[in-house]
Amino acid sequence: MSITSPIPAYRIQRSTRTGWIGLALAVIIVAVLVSLPWWGGEDDLRLIVEICYTIALAQMWNLLAGYAGLVSVGQQAFVGIGGYALFALTIIAHVPPIPAVVLAGVAAAILAVPSAWVVFRLRGAYFAIGTWVVAEVFRGLMGLIPELGSGTGMSLPVAISRAVGATRFERETALYYVGLAIGVGTVAAVFAWLRSRQGLALTAIRDSETAAGSVGINNDRTKFAVYILAALATGMVGALIYLEKLRISPDAAFDVIDWTADVIFIVVIGGIGSIEGPFIGALVFFGLRYFLADYGAWYMILLGAVAVIIMLLAPRGLWGLLADRFDIHFFPVRRRVRLE
Amino acid sequence: MTALLVTIGLTAFYGDFQALFGVDLVVEEGETLAVIGANGAGKSTLLRTICGLLPAAAERIRYRDGNIGSLSPADIVARGIALVPEGRRLFPSLSVEENLRMGQQCGRKGPWQLDRVYALFPILRERRRQPATSLSGGQQQMAAIGRALMTNPELLLCDEISLGLAPIVIRDVYAALPGIRAEGTTMVIVEQDINRALTVADRVYCLQEGRIKLEGRPADLTREQIKLAYFGV
Amino acid sequence: MDWVNVIVQGALIGGLYALFAAGLSLMFGVMRLVNIAHGDLIVLAAYLGIVVVQTLGVGPFASLVIVVPTMFVLGYVLQRGLLNFTLGGDILPPLLVTFGLSIIIQNALLEGFSADSQKLQAGGFETASIHITDQLAIGWLPFAIFLTAVAVIALLELLIYRTALGRAFRATSDDSDTARLYGVRNRHVYALATALALGVISIAAIFLAVRTNFGPASGPARLLFAFEAVIIGGLGSLWGTLAGGVVLGVAQAVGAQLNPSWETLAGHLAFLVVLIIRPRGLFPKLVD
Repeated sequence: MSITSPIPAYRIQRSTRTGWIGLALAVIIVAVLVSLPWWGGEDDLRLIVEICYTIALAQMWNLLAGYAGLVSVGQQAFVGIGGYALFALTIIAHVPPIPAVVLAGVAAAILAVPSAWVVFRLRGAYFAIGTWVVAEVFRGLMGLIPELGSGTGMSLPVAISRAVGATRFERETALYYVGLAIGVGTVAAVFAWLRSRQGLALTAIRDSETAAGSVGINNDRTKFAVYILAALATGMVGALIYLEKLRISPDAAFDVIDWTADVIFIVVIGGIGSIEGPFIGALVFFGLRYFLADYGAWYMILLGAVAVIIMLLAPRGLWGLLADRFDIHFFPVRRRVRLE
Repeated sequence: MTALLVTIGLTAFYGDFQALFGVDLVVEEGETLAVIGANGAGKSTLLRTICGLLPAAAERIRYRDGNIGSLSPADIVARGIALVPEGRRLFPSLSVEENLRMGQQCGRKGPWQLDRVYALFPILRERRRQPATSLSGGQQQMAAIGRALMTNPELLLCDEISLGLAPIVIRDVYAALPGIRAEGTTMVIVEQDINRALTVADRVYCLQEGRIKLEGRPADLTREQIKLAYFGV
Repeated sequence: MDWVNVIVQGALIGGLYALFAAGLSLMFGVMRLVNIAHGDLIVLAAYLGIVVVQTLGVGPFASLVIVVPTMFVLGYVLQRGLLNFTLGGDILPPLLVTFGLSIIIQNALLEGFSADSQKLQAGGFETASIHITDQLAIGWLPFAIFLTAVAVIALLELLIYRTALGRAFRATSDDSDTARLYGVRNRHVYALATALALGVISIAAIFLAVRTNFGPASGPARLLFAFEAVIIGGLGSLWGTLAGGVVLGVAQAVGAQLNPSWETLAGHLAFLVVLIIRPRGLFPKLVD
């Protein structure tokens, strides 16, 4: 081909066949889930909520670590802030509970700003531990507030619980839909963002920061945006969790195992750097929990060992293995050049 | 003369990118061999592969009677092949003398001790305790050569030792080579500076885009042949 | 209020944090690896001390004779057998593998020893004190910890700046490819660095076990203290790490004196202040 021959005709393909299948599956699953309160039991509702918010947390951690290169071991900070913000907003400021969940997320996002200012001074693994220290600081500070239960925590007043719904069914259903909205909303938001130009920038940063910077992407601003967004979603999750649990304490709300270790394992096992990964990871996580929960410490040891092995042998996780072999993309975010 | 080092159909890759395409090269014992070529021709890649920094199949590189292609760099330097890396690559955290002493890590015995190296490069003795990277470019190059000599090599590979240096400094650096050669050390000099390479070498290879295009004694090769092999147009 | 005593006591305890930090610093310096399981390995060493003391009936400090070499070997095997495979550019694998390791160790200790809190008894040594003046008394234990920290750091500095192995550490840290060209076997050198790190922290672990109660979940807090001491002191400098430990110890002691539940928070806040006003630490040395 010499310089004078014309550039071949091409088009940019953004969707894949498996993408359409994925969309169809998603619509069906969501439709079924929306109908669940009318044919499922309370335990089913609670489990689905847990799965939804776990996936939301996992998608956020994936966005941070797998795309923005920000490996945070401190997201529990925002779960705790979200939970405490919910209690503060409903009890002290008399905000109705459901809007309070959203506002709690906003509170977490606001507090993420000074956190980022401090923590972005560190790089790599030291950044990770720094986020953990920040979470510990918030834990310590929340434990000092007498109105919110100090170190031992407090229970949510019954009146607020009633405000969610007058009957048990109404309460469980309302919380269920909030959970479902957060789960579906987070995944949809991540998908939409990664398909956008900002998302392309983020993927570029994931692949090579230096190269991304050299084509004009503002790495720092993009990373900051991701950090704040993740805090927003994580804060809402925290608010929902404690609206459901009805009792909050610093040690529980800022627990690194529940809100970070489990999430990290899910993303690592499922596959970092893809939207599909956290779903697979959640499947493995909840499956293992169902079969092994009685074994306490052994269950955690197994989870840890599986994560270590996957990280060493299949760094892109189970989904990475599948997607590479079979070229499946349920959430098509890539742009491919197709020559005609 | 016996062949000290032989490469047989040597290939090298950086990920998916192929840098060497079946290079057949012979280094005779005691000679000074020049390998010339343009930027990106594969000269440094060739040296790095011989030294074990890039992977190769065992039988593609023979040294004396053994296959060394798959050995680690530490094993290769223990056998007597030392590299003066492109860009010097002195250790910033170490002083000049400590950098030289790194040459002793491989444990080979021979005439090249600290005193001998300081005799060859007196300026290094003056600055022995300073951080290695505080030296001028030419002095750093001398330190890098000294460090390689401290391994008491049979085969010394020099990767672009004139790079980034002023002509007068290059002259000082090259002035050390006859002393090394007199010791019986076989040398491979990789250079972009053709004239420099041709004056000092017994034989020359020319690489172009990962392939050998020319081989011979400097006296036997014409300017035209070299230009064709070097640039390929 | 007895501030002088509080501050001196805190400074001396800082020696403990300096030892925790020295191990972390060593591994990061040689191979850029931050071991999230660092604190849990400290706790593991402490439990090992308990086992040795209980089975052999010796005193806690005598147990060092077994604990230190055991942890040294464990460090070598851990690095050579697992962590070496995580090295190679990307920061995620070492971080996540050591995180997984942290969870595994905590839960294995939980299985093996139950959640009961443990402590090593040193027959009164913990509470004995030296009376310097009428107002000033320093505890024997904190004093011993501080002296040990100074001695260990001095030995480490000697190792790193005066021996061939130390040269190999520094060269590998600078440029591991060129170090290999000059005969450094980096898989072995990395393993030695980790072995040394675990040997150092196991000394600190016995002091920790004598000083306070601990349990399987005590590891993460120790990691955070080690990390804070490193950052406050400044990357790349072991004596800086000692200073960092002292600052942290003093901050915690002051916080505890004001209100016992403010102890760790005070340390965290001191760390944040240093990170904000002097992000490179008080005595940084690293030319990265």
